[in-house]
Amino acid sequence: MLAESLFFSAVLFTIGVVGVLTRRNAIIVFMCVELMLNAVNLTFVAFARVYGAAGQVFVFFVMTVAAAEAAVGLAIIIALFRHRQTVDLSNINLLKG
Amino acid sequence: MPTGEYPLFYVFHFYLFGIIAVASALAFVTRKSPVAAALWLVNTMFSLAALYVLLDAHFIGAIQVLVYAGAIMVVFLFVIMLLNLGHASEIADARGMGWKLAAGLVGLALLAQVFALTRVQVPEALALPQGTVAEQVRTQGAIAPIAGPLFTEYLLAFEVTSVLLLAAVVGAVVLGKPRGRADAR
Repeated sequence: MLAESLFFSAVLFTIGVVGVLTRRNAIIVFMCVELMLNAVNLTFVAFARVYGAAGQVFVFFVMTVAAAEAAVGLAIIIALFRHRQTVDLSNINLLKG
Repeated sequence: MPTGEYPLFYVFHFYLFGIIAVASALAFVTRKSPVAAALWLVNTMFSLAALYVLLDAHFIGAIQVLVYAGAIMVVFLFVIMLLNLGHASEIADARGMGWKLAAGLVGLALLAQVFALTRVQVPEALALPQGTVAEQVRTQGAIAPIAGPLFTEYLLAFEVTSVLLLAAVVGAVVLGKPRGRADAR
């Protein structure tokens, strides 16, 4: 089932990338990043089955980073919303040259 | 790996949950309303948990449901509702045609790249005999094979993780605090 897992993982990761590039709602872009992390986790678990359970430990760390990222990222989005009254990324262009 | 070694029941459910995951992910990126999108993403995560269980990672499947679907996504929904973004937004919420084309091209290129990577042959000597992990789960339980390396080989990384979480908590509190009053910062 390794090849099939890698297939599903690649498709999910690509959907996440396309979502980040096409959506303008900051929260949805952020959820697309979570989807990409999940796709990578699927790869880790699939390989862990063939090459030993240490791969599952990495899934742990990825989940921790995802949780930390969700906390900080959502706090940034709330601060942004408080400041600009929008989460539309095309309005947030202060650093755009 | 030929699928002939697996029972049909197993293969059927593997594909079923894989296809549900991909279909929910597609629904997730195409929904206008953020709440609908978040719920489709929860569905993807549940299907991924089922895939983890099918791949002999029972404990990872459980924490996928508890941490990802249960905690992280609830925080997302909470923020969506806190900011009152639940309705399909007036932000037309998809970029223009040029962006879509570019995203499609990047997506295709990335997909081709990732598929090319999956063709790479990993030395056979590294692979464990088939069914080793399933056997470990049967003899030691689902948690011991993960807990062992986590608290021995990867102990330093595990400890550093606590610093990461502390930094995240402090960062979230600082960012979430209302501004304006000087003493509030």
